[in-house]
Amino acid sequence: MKINLLKAVTVFFCVFCLSSAVLAENLEIKGSTTVLPIAQKAAEAFMKVHPDVNISVSGGGSGNGIKAIIDGTTDIADSSRFIKTKEVALAVEKGVYPVPFGVAYDCIVPVVHPSNPISNLTSAQLKDIYMGKIKNWKEVGGEDKAIVVVSRDTSSGTYEVWESLVMKNERVFPGALLQASNGAVAQSIAKNKFAIGYVGLAYLNDDLRTLKVDGNEATMENALTGVYPISRVLYMFTKGWPEGTTLQFINFVMHPEKGQKIVAEAGYVPLY
Amino acid sequence: MSTRRQIKANIIRYIFFIFAFVSITILCMILYFLVREGVPVFELVSVKDFLFGDYWYPTSDPPDFGIFPLIAASLLVTLCSAAVAIPLGVMTAIYLAEIASHRVKEIAKPMVELLASLPSVVIGFFGMVVVAPFLQNVFNIPTGLNLFNASLMLAFMSVPTICTISEDAIASVPAELKEASLALGATHWESLVRVILPASLSGLSTAVILGMSRAIGETMVVLMVAGGAAMVPSSIFDPVRPMPASIAAEMAEAPFRGDHYYALFATGMVLFVFTLIFNFIADYLSNKHRQVGASTL
Repeated sequence: MKINLLKAVTVFFCVFCLSSAVLAENLEIKGSTTVLPIAQKAAEAFMKVHPDVNISVSGGGSGNGIKAIIDGTTDIADSSRFIKTKEVALAVEKGVYPVPFGVAYDCIVPVVHPSNPISNLTSAQLKDIYMGKIKNWKEVGGEDKAIVVVSRDTSSGTYEVWESLVMKNERVFPGALLQASNGAVAQSIAKNKFAIGYVGLAYLNDDLRTLKVDGNEATMENALTGVYPISRVLYMFTKGWPEGTTLQFINFVMHPEKGQKIVAEAGYVPLY
Repeated sequence: MSTRRQIKANIIRYIFFIFAFVSITILCMILYFLVREGVPVFELVSVKDFLFGDYWYPTSDPPDFGIFPLIAASLLVTLCSAAVAIPLGVMTAIYLAEIASHRVKEIAKPMVELLASLPSVVIGFFGMVVVAPFLQNVFNIPTGLNLFNASLMLAFMSVPTICTISEDAIASVPAELKEASLALGATHWESLVRVILPASLSGLSTAVILGMSRAIGETMVVLMVAGGAAMVPSSIFDPVRPMPASIAAEMAEAPFRGDHYYALFATGMVLFVFTLIFNFIADYLSNKHRQVGASTL
């Protein structure tokens, strides 16, 4: 009797799973690894609320994401840059109209040890320090000590922002120290009096002194108004104006109480 | 009855064969995968430019794939750590095998072996949080995350390997040799240096090479404490980036099957060749100086 009941439950469960798998809607998200943490967490939270929706999230880079939108192989493309003219032309040719949604800001802050007297650097000084042209703190008004330059691994999104907005696509000199994560940079700056590094806004703490860039403080407001120079928008592109589940998901990400909270948790600047 | 036992023996033999076969197949597949994913980078750069290029800028436009600074860093870190670890390891082994009293040995030997079980991330963290600021203050250098720090931490990791294998080698020298030497009037010190050490030379060199191959392949420690500057160091206190650190830091974000990805796998191939060479040397040494019988030396 008991065994029969167990069987019945099992069969019922299997049927239920199968039917829900058939009924479930699939949503495909692809693209930038910088936006990936937001998409991943948002997808998890969204699927909790909508158990009938199946979202698969993968990386591959902004270029690959946008290419997938053009080819129609994904529903949403994550991108850490705006779509390029060439890509728009290609999309229109294929009858696709990519629609951008800015979902978050990515804001990078130069940091030094709290004992460092410097509080402001210009973009040009930052660039020269990271190119190895300025080697001593006294050249920018500090003590007579060698600057220890800490940078990120070249494939990280944070490095990408730094390279395009501060370095203007010049190379960081080879003598710069490499750390593999925001947390590791923060740790090594906190331990070294003469080091300079850069981290995402979410990683600031009392062991670090944040530098103003061109006199502008890195705050959420300054990032949102665009006054602070080292920030960029992170996008999700859809194929045409989103409909159905895609629209629901985009609205979920843009929602101040839902998706934007996740944005802040992931270490980025929310829109609101 | 005997056939049944034979069948049983055969079954057991096949089971062992299958296990051995599976592990070797997996190894071969990993090797194949490494080569398949690494070779495409050589369509982009020549082998010479890859191995001896001075600049590693895999993501800039146009990219530079020169891993010479990484190779130099790996070799230098390994050599410096060997310079610390060999005397420490071998002398500890001699002490434990020949000089220490039974009670000291009972306590000291497990403790050395315990060092081997320290996770590398713990050693790395120790180097980053304790040793780096210490070096910075004592030597008044810009950063404590450098070649020297990494070598010290790697030495910590290879000492247990070197010590344990050396100790076994020394302990396995036949007692007759030592007794004969002592009987001829040699002091303990003389028999140690002239008889026991030469007799255990093959074991000692195997120990050293295995310790060094552990150091060159170690990833977490060098990622955390070597500093990570992709340049050939000009002093022992310069930050460096050994090959495993570069692979570990960049692999996660490198676009799948992109040029950067291929270049990282090719770096892995170079690293593999280095460890392979170390293992061949160890194998050669242990065969060449093999103690054949008690009387051969």
